[in-house]
Amino acid sequence: MKTKPVLAAITMLAVAGALAACTAGGDGGDNGGGGDASNCSNEIKNPDAPVVTLWAWYPNSETVVDNFNEANDDVQVCWTNAGAGGDAYDKFQTAISGGSGAPDVMMVEADRIAVFQAQDALVDLSDLGYEDVKANFSDGAWKDVSVGDGVYGAPIDGGPMGMIYRTDIFEQYGITPPTTWEEFEATAQQVKDAGGPVFASFAANQPAAVTAYMYQTGAEPFTYDPANEGQIGINLNSPEIKEVLDYWAGLVEKGLVGTEDQFTPEYIAGVIGGDYATYLSAAWAPGYLQGAGVGEGADEGVWATAPLPQWDPANPVAINWGGSAFSVSSQADDPELAAKVAFGVYADQASLDQGWQEQIIFPLNVDVLEDPAFQDYEVPFFSGQQANKEVYVPAANAYKGMVYTPLQQFYYSTLTEQIQNINDGSATGSEAADALQEAVVAYAEEQGFTVE
Amino acid sequence: MTTSTASPPTKKGSSPFTKKGGRRSTAARQNLFGWLFVGPFGIVFLALLVLPIGYALYLSLFQKSLIGGTRFVLFGNYTKAFTDPNFLDGVWFVIRFSLVLIPLQMAISLAIALMLDIIVTRFARFSRLMIFMPYAIPTVIGALMWGFLYSENFGPLADIFGIFGAEAPDFLSKSLIFYGLLNIVTWQWAGYYMIILYAALQGIDPTLYEAARIDGASQWQIILRIKIPLLSPALLLILVFALIGTLQFFNEPKILQELAAGSIPNDFTPNIYAFYQAFSLANYNYGAAISFALGAVVFVCVYIFLFATRKRGSFFE
Repeated sequence: MKTKPVLAAITMLAVAGALAACTAGGDGGDNGGGGDASNCSNEIKNPDAPVVTLWAWYPNSETVVDNFNEANDDVQVCWTNAGAGGDAYDKFQTAISGGSGAPDVMMVEADRIAVFQAQDALVDLSDLGYEDVKANFSDGAWKDVSVGDGVYGAPIDGGPMGMIYRTDIFEQYGITPPTTWEEFEATAQQVKDAGGPVFASFAANQPAAVTAYMYQTGAEPFTYDPANEGQIGINLNSPEIKEVLDYWAGLVEKGLVGTEDQFTPEYIAGVIGGDYATYLSAAWAPGYLQGAGVGEGADEGVWATAPLPQWDPANPVAINWGGSAFSVSSQADDPELAAKVAFGVYADQASLDQGWQEQIIFPLNVDVLEDPAFQDYEVPFFSGQQANKEVYVPAANAYKGMVYTPLQQFYYSTLTEQIQNINDGSATGSEAADALQEAVVAYAEEQGFTVE
Repeated sequence: MTTSTASPPTKKGSSPFTKKGGRRSTAARQNLFGWLFVGPFGIVFLALLVLPIGYALYLSLFQKSLIGGTRFVLFGNYTKAFTDPNFLDGVWFVIRFSLVLIPLQMAISLAIALMLDIIVTRFARFSRLMIFMPYAIPTVIGALMWGFLYSENFGPLADIFGIFGAEAPDFLSKSLIFYGLLNIVTWQWAGYYMIILYAALQGIDPTLYEAARIDGASQWQIILRIKIPLLSPALLLILVFALIGTLQFFNEPKILQELAAGSIPNDFTPNIYAFYQAFSLANYNYGAAISFALGAVVFVCVYIFLFATRKRGSFFE
């Protein structure tokens, strides 16, 4: 009789022990660095060196990390793909709020840096090697990864915008690439009248691209410097922004552009099938399109690129969509070592070369931009066109940078809603701009900002 | 739910525990065993359910802003939620959705269960399995699959409608997404509810049918007068399941969001809104408050419903 309680107690202890083991095992018993070496997707070449954890979703991350690990004896990178874009940010956000679980270094797009900076989630790199590499990048590139006076990311790649177009459709309708937005509309009308496809897509799910269009009109949607605690300037219903939104609303209304979401299988099928005469996009687009199966088979050899149309050809403005940087998380055990990784991991010649040759990234490193091999490269996707020299390098060099704020997430989500309203005809461009302004100001005030 | 079972006859002299001193220690020991056996479950229950809920409740009482840090606001987040048009629109959507979905789902699953009950061939068994199959497919995969079936470029709809020279409806568009989701959820759950009803039908004493037939009842009369009334506890059960599930609608729209982004905004249903607040805007406090506010809505809806059917325990008596 007496053995029974003992047995039961042992059973219970065993169960509790198993539970405890589960928790410890699942967590990796980690010190806040976001996973120990056993969780890496890559192989550690020098097991004795300290390990820095990294989240990145570049398609060639593994090669880049291997290159870095082979070249460095004093530090090793442990790489994880935590999902692309939003997925990785949501995880990082949760880790930041929870106080542990973030990686030491994280791939971040420029437009998210201010969001994380405001939560003290990122380390200022100004004194951690920034001076050594400052000359490698343009002022515009640095501005994108800075918040106020602080530098919160090591720039890697950018997205200078151009107009990718289909030569077969342009030939069929006897048109040439428009150089101004006015011409763009006229050409689109001409093609439509002749029974051709729409000219581009005004996608609600791409608020970053629409924000870039705003900058092209000279608009300054936001002013923000964390040094002025709590101050933020929001100017989303300025005449310039209304002008650009009204312009696109007009194109939508006249049926000159599509309103499909981009990056969906549906959209890609349309691109392959010639439903769009152009794709207004960034320098990384060929890599993306190729990965999605564009440029093979039926639509092989029909792609070319031209500079983005301008509002005022006398004063051209270059704009940027996307691109990313490596930021150091405030949860990094050794920020100095992490900064070394952030500045070094996609900076060696072999990695950069592979990146641009396979059209995975458009590098922002000045050495590469000026390299004749890069400039003269005949991009296979564009049937041998020297796209870098003709379109993207000038755009990257002329790019002045944008101002991002901690409100970016909310702003994008609201802009998406408003583009949707424009697309289904329930708001004009100006009305959308006013609604946008009102919503973002209200959110900023709720978050404790003083709106200028 | 409301069936009152007759209490077992109690022996005179009431509880045995107070009678003899020797019995007491046995009872205590049995008690201890009871706790030991419940223990493992209790630990998991506390650690994975009670604690997180308690923490979420605690979170929901604070407000964190980007500037100025966190402050205690008591029920401020709840006041905000119940005046937030985004939240209220979402609640209104799931209520409307429930009002259409649940009767439809129940009618379909009931009709199939009754049919399969009457047909007793090999084909019936096969059909039962096939109708149940969608439930065995994870919601995420089901939603993705329907996303492609609805697609204008890949889906079969365009071809089918093309035969008749018509244009296929776009179930992912803003105006038709309601019906698109309705179809997906019905497809997913009707088979499961059918199995519950079918099992309940098997439990009905066949002599009742025999008696009815001797009295000259037709097949229809047997269904209407015997089967459906006896099924009503099971119908009530699936109704409550469906009500709770639908008010918390999340998986299908969240998966379809990427395929139909414009049609499914971040405040489409209360759960999606809570997810967006917490994980995209880092507003965990408000996200927690919305979850609890939704819990309150679910509780009120289910309570009203059970209250309305309380006395009868069924719809038909």
